[in-house]
Amino acid sequence: MNREATLSVDPTTVERLMPLLRFADRARRALQYPALGIAGLFALWYWGGWAIANNEDTMAFASFAPGPTLAAFWELVSTGNVWSPIESSLYRVGWGLAYAIAIGVPLGVMIGYFLTLKQVTHVPFQFLRMISPLAWMPIAVLAFATWDAAIIFLIAIAAVWPITYATAHGVQRIDPTWLKVGNNLGANPYHTLRYIVMPAIAQDVFAGIRLAVGVAWIVLVPAEYLGVTSGLGYAINDARDTLEYDKLAAIVLVIGIIGYMLDAICVRLIKRSSYHAQG
Amino acid sequence: MGAAISIDYITHHYPGQEQPTLKDIQVQVAPGETIALIGQSGCGKSTLLHMLAGLLIPSDGCVRINGHQVIKPSPRWNMMFQKPSLYPWMTVRKNASLGLIFQGRKRDMQSRIDSLLETVGLTEKAEVNVQSLSGGQQQRVALARSLATDPELLLLDEPFSALDAFTRVALQDEVVRLAHERGISVVFVTHDIEEAVAMADRVLVMGSNPGTITAELKVDIAHPRNRNSQAFVDLKAELMGYFGATRTAATAESSTGETETTPDDDAGEDKSKTEHSSARVRAA
Repeated sequence: MNREATLSVDPTTVERLMPLLRFADRARRALQYPALGIAGLFALWYWGGWAIANNEDTMAFASFAPGPTLAAFWELVSTGNVWSPIESSLYRVGWGLAYAIAIGVPLGVMIGYFLTLKQVTHVPFQFLRMISPLAWMPIAVLAFATWDAAIIFLIAIAAVWPITYATAHGVQRIDPTWLKVGNNLGANPYHTLRYIVMPAIAQDVFAGIRLAVGVAWIVLVPAEYLGVTSGLGYAINDARDTLEYDKLAAIVLVIGIIGYMLDAICVRLIKRSSYHAQG
Repeated sequence: MGAAISIDYITHHYPGQEQPTLKDIQVQVAPGETIALIGQSGCGKSTLLHMLAGLLIPSDGCVRINGHQVIKPSPRWNMMFQKPSLYPWMTVRKNASLGLIFQGRKRDMQSRIDSLLETVGLTEKAEVNVQSLSGGQQQRVALARSLATDPELLLLDEPFSALDAFTRVALQDEVVRLAHERGISVVFVTHDIEEAVAMADRVLVMGSNPGTITAELKVDIAHPRNRNSQAFVDLKAELMGYFGATRTAATAESSTGETETTPDDDAGEDKSKTEHSSARVRAA
């Protein structure tokens, strides 16, 4: 439409800029709604900070507001002090998840495969699943020699259920003729597992792991309130004791960001392990 | 080489069912012969095929292939199902190679699969995910997968029934051609009369409750068969006759209200039918 106008400026410049403009347009389309959501959350936060600061009873907590929090966040990042608690927390979550996967996947395969086992385990497993992992805390502390081991146990016991049941669900969806054909083609049990069962359930397993990561990350913080002197949960408790509310809020921000990143990784893994044709 | 099959007096009871699903089935198949099992749903034809594949063990009697009793599945006798049942996470080549991978025959796998895919006309699709193929192409991949392990016997469980008419005819002719080229024996289950006459050297008609072979028909027409020839049309009509009779018998039964069938009477009727048919075949 404005072709003549642009031509009069400089046609070659415009032409050279076209890919960039197209990229910018695609980025805008992809990001406009997420950006709106993030802006909304910030607005709410800002309004909350303002309300707290203007109330005499809550004035002492004014540093929960975005300004002080982001300043504290920047300090944590720029001094590198943020990495040590993140490392401790990821170590515990990592091991907790590793145990949950090592137990949950084989268990899920067996529950999905043997109907009897599913029926036998139904009541005890649903019973155990509904007990808050944090309820095990005193027992875990008694049973394990180190705090780290106790926390890893709590994370594993929380994360094992979604993995187990997602895996079992995946196994139940396996087309029986896939197994028949495999059998017919001379597959041994290893072949069946490696070429048929695992690829067939991979997507479900990762969907279970995604749920487990969410649960594990939630359980982690309260589990770290006790005993240990490292990790994000400890950092929150510590900031509360020293009345550094800006730092406390900054740690909350860190927990949210890392949680989001872990979830995004899981989403990618689910997509990559899915055999359904991409539309 | 094709397999010689001997089905020796198979009777099969599914647990909890009063009537045996199969009763006194006795069939001999010569190497390289193509046999059609035709019958209405529930006559046990699919059950019999699963027994030939070693996927099901009969409660009485046994199946022998080349003199050896079939007790488990083997890549030497491959089964194709109504659905292609391909592995959707694999390419065409990987699906077709699977039998060779399982058997550890990886040395000349690439070239063997290449020539097989050429035979079924899928050379260009070799590296494509099977989900992007049409139903007919998928069934061709399943055919290539079944042939890759050099089976002596091909078992087909209504493998073309979900395809459109053109694709179905093309695949019927292709299976016959490939089986003859390689001397493979074929046993296939169908309820399509034309399919039976088009592919088989011998058609076995099965009746239900209990499942027995009620008639046997030789198809003495040279391949490739002209589906409009008089001989072909006549055989189709004759085969159709058995089902017309069965259907009226069934409706007569249900109209009396009671389903108190007398198996002996049925069997007697069946026997006379068999004799009748063989008489007609001989006369023809």
